[in-house]
Amino acid sequence: MDFRRVLSILIAVPVLLVGCVAPGGGAGAKGPIKIGLLAPVSGAFAANGQDMVRGWELWWKQHGNKVAGREVQWFHEDTASNPDVALNKARLLVEQRGVHMLAGPLAANEGLAVAGYIRGTEIPFFMPVVSADDLTQRQRAPNILRVAGWTSSQVHHPFGEWACKQGYKTIVTLGNDYAFGHEVVGGFVNTYTDAGCKVLEQLWNPLTEQDFSPYIARIQALKPDAVFALQVGASATRFLQAWSQFGLKDKIPLLAGETTVDQSNIRGFQNPDIVVGIISAGHYAEGRESPATQEFVKAYMEAYGDIPSYYAAAMYTAAQWLTQAMEAVQGNVEDRKAFLEAVRKVELKDSPFGPEKLDDYNNPILNVYIRKVVKQPDGRVWNVVLETIPNVSQFWKWDPEEFLKRPVYSRDYQPGFNPKK
Amino acid sequence: MSLSFLLLQALNGLSLGALFFMVASGFSLIFGLMRVANLSHGALYLISGYVGLTVIRATGNFLLGIAAAVGAAIVLSLVIKEGFLRFVEGRELSQVLLTVGLAFVIGDLCLAIWGGVPTLVPIPSFLQGSFDLGVVAYPRYRLFLILIGALIAFSLWVLLERTPWGAVIRAGVDDLEMVSALGIDIHRVFRLAFLLAALLAGMAGVLGGALLGLYPGGDSDILLTSLVVVIIGGLGSLKGALVGSLLAGFLEAMGKAMFPELAYFVLFAPMVLILAFRPYGLLGRR
Amino acid sequence: MSAWRWTGIGIALLLGIALPYLVAPVYVNLASEILIFGLLAMSIDLLIGYAGLVPLGHAAIFGVAAYVVAYLNVRMGLPHTVAIPAGILGALLVSAVFGALAVRTAGLYFMLITLAEGMLIWGLAYRWTSVTGSENGIGGITRPGFLLLPWQFYYAVLGLFVLCVLTLYRVSHSPFGLTLKGIRDNESRMPMLGYDVALHKFLAFLISGGFAGIAGAAYALYNRFVSPTTVEFARSAEGVLMVILGGSGTLVGAVLGSALVLLTRNIVSLYTDRWLIVMGTLFVLVILLMPDGLLRGLGRLARRLRIPAVWTRLAPLRVRLSPSFSARKPVQELSAPTKHDTP
Repeated sequence: MDFRRVLSILIAVPVLLVGCVAPGGGAGAKGPIKIGLLAPVSGAFAANGQDMVRGWELWWKQHGNKVAGREVQWFHEDTASNPDVALNKARLLVEQRGVHMLAGPLAANEGLAVAGYIRGTEIPFFMPVVSADDLTQRQRAPNILRVAGWTSSQVHHPFGEWACKQGYKTIVTLGNDYAFGHEVVGGFVNTYTDAGCKVLEQLWNPLTEQDFSPYIARIQALKPDAVFALQVGASATRFLQAWSQFGLKDKIPLLAGETTVDQSNIRGFQNPDIVVGIISAGHYAEGRESPATQEFVKAYMEAYGDIPSYYAAAMYTAAQWLTQAMEAVQGNVEDRKAFLEAVRKVELKDSPFGPEKLDDYNNPILNVYIRKVVKQPDGRVWNVVLETIPNVSQFWKWDPEEFLKRPVYSRDYQPGFNPKK
Repeated sequence: MSLSFLLLQALNGLSLGALFFMVASGFSLIFGLMRVANLSHGALYLISGYVGLTVIRATGNFLLGIAAAVGAAIVLSLVIKEGFLRFVEGRELSQVLLTVGLAFVIGDLCLAIWGGVPTLVPIPSFLQGSFDLGVVAYPRYRLFLILIGALIAFSLWVLLERTPWGAVIRAGVDDLEMVSALGIDIHRVFRLAFLLAALLAGMAGVLGGALLGLYPGGDSDILLTSLVVVIIGGLGSLKGALVGSLLAGFLEAMGKAMFPELAYFVLFAPMVLILAFRPYGLLGRR
Repeated sequence: MSAWRWTGIGIALLLGIALPYLVAPVYVNLASEILIFGLLAMSIDLLIGYAGLVPLGHAAIFGVAAYVVAYLNVRMGLPHTVAIPAGILGALLVSAVFGALAVRTAGLYFMLITLAEGMLIWGLAYRWTSVTGSENGIGGITRPGFLLLPWQFYYAVLGLFVLCVLTLYRVSHSPFGLTLKGIRDNESRMPMLGYDVALHKFLAFLISGGFAGIAGAAYALYNRFVSPTTVEFARSAEGVLMVILGGSGTLVGAVLGSALVLLTRNIVSLYTDRWLIVMGTLFVLVILLMPDGLLRGLGRLARRLRIPAVWTRLAPLRVRLSPSFSARKPVQELSAPTKHDTP
């Protein structure tokens, strides 16, 4: 049949040719500044990744895609919430597109995979979102900087202390069972038990958890004073839904980790009462009353119709940070040493997060906010500030070198619970 | 272990099992009766769920959403059957590749149209909140699911055991050649079974979408679960699908609550053991 | 072998060797990846095309080898001369266990039990955090100094690949291979002829697993990072898809399947976010228009376009099968267990 033969040819030829196509890459002598952006827009972190792209895009739109007279070209690649893909895309961006620097990705495991690759190169790698503790601690490298970023435990160290002081003497923790979850909960539990309170049990659930009823059953059986819940992305939405459905919202106080009630999750609820009133800690509070935060929120709302989450704020602030650094070197990003120096020296007096600057270990010193979810008149919900704890570093009140001698927080190292103090 | 904990877990297992049954029974039927490896069943579930979601958001009517989802599922499965599966009859490997390709396309379409943000299908207000069972307060919606699951199981049983159509289907599962040798138009029966499976998948899309959510990857998750159910319960057997679904539901619920470290093991270790000793599933034949 | 065959093999080899001079390093890397997954797919084809069994857990065997290499190399600092053989050994051990359980079944149930076995390994990769690092995986796998550059690694993989093709060709054309085909075509008849079916299936599984292990060890050195996604079900399914795409029973066709999948994923994704739709559509089109796979289909196409030279050049790449080869319909599919099969 003619038709079928034509079709066969139409498949066969392009399929064969695709392999031979080798599109050019490589940065030109003084062409545009190329930045690679790794962010998931599919998979478990799709919602948060989308915010990352938007926050980043907003800054560049506002500044005409130019720095120090040089054009800026940025390329977004989907990491699909998957470390293998993230690694692959990082390689493609560096080797094929020839980017001058990489920004992103989102998940700790994605970040660790990419960092492993980056260490073998000299490409500047900026992680505004990846909060895996060790990347600016025991596994740090001179070209891996957490611009506008944070470590998982950094924000939750103060929270643990605060929770115990509030009078919640016993607690059960529920965290996502991967590095980020272990580090957040570990940081919380560490200071919580240091302040004299007790952790009854630790529950861990997979990121892809669909059904929280078994965990809720367990929590009900344990009867703690409060629950500390750290969930990310889709699991956060499902958890909050289940918490409300099982009627626990009014029975047991819920203390949430930063990502659990991040704007990207709470904005999607048809019934906002599910989340109103939940207390959490965070280095970002979209309801924070400061011009830097509110102007950003306003601009983002105008552009995308939503209140920005921390993922958006992180990329926006990172773009702000990098712009300052690039301007300091007159746009000459090819001189990697000088550029990295400039990045290290940047001090933001204010930003959507608040004031920030890097410590000696390539991680920012920032404000931590005790937040509460509040409903606005138009029905939208957001996190407002109850209390501010300023100048928090990734080492909290400990000496950095002492801190580094201990192991990184993990499933087996939850100081205060396992090992007991 | 307190009574309330046990009751809670039992109900969790039942409600999950009910949902799994809806999807897996259709899958088992197609696989067992028509020997068609339809790996696009999960994608069918997902896209019907999304269609239902859109209709519910637009009209505020849950039932209308389910109807729309069922309609979409039936139309889509007809397209898949007549437009694609027809060309690969009897060739299992080709069916696998074909339906996987279709699943990729449908899944990505869902991502393109509805975005990557996981969403929960909104449930009508009378199904929200919890129901006080004395010992424990349990979500109304889950109780509703258990009810629906039981109703469907019963209806399917009636259909299969008490109607002539059902008799033909059962006969077809046992011995297809004989059925056609008896002069019965098997293609008509196939069509019926296919539509039935689509109907169930469509409903499950909305009902499951309200329980577990609709998200990229939801199609492969439910497909994997259906495969597990079929492994445990055997192909083409209604009882098997029921037993398999309940077992899968219980294992997931119990396993997570009691042995979170072994969560994946609890589901798959029994599977391997069952298959090692009963290669045709617990209740499957041949 | 005919002069045409030698020419064909020569040209294919020439192209392979010349590749690093023709394309950029990032594509040389991609070519290495295609060969590695092609090897995995070939190992699967030994089971599908020859024994008539469809394994849905081979990524697990592949991954075990990769994890063993990763663990020994990164966590224990052992040299590659120890890590790589250990990885392959690990794969063989796992194949032995899996195979022993699986060969009592056939058809659909074989698929399901291998699926379950694969998921067990995946669960292990996730849970055994102290060894596998769970979600974080194991990164920082080193390469021997002479394999650091893309073209160096590529040539090593190419050499390895050619060796494996030759070995698999030998196996499939030996009496053992013929017995496997007999089992594929009519399993119930074989015991009557005095063949120990289960033993043959087991050995086939073992050999297949060994090659999957070789591919896994190569992958560990290629990617320098292993994580649970390496062993997930989707990887196993992909391997099977590559075989079906390329044409089951052709062995080398699996590489074409691997090329199609990987090129779509890596290159098409640069131009559009909807690359999955492209890939899915390609699957559908291949099945509808070239039901017996790309290798045979493209060969037919070349002949149709009256390019006899191309046709014969492709000939040595095919592994000859039964006389029904030249027919349009697919050569073999699984036969569903009939009433007379022993359960």
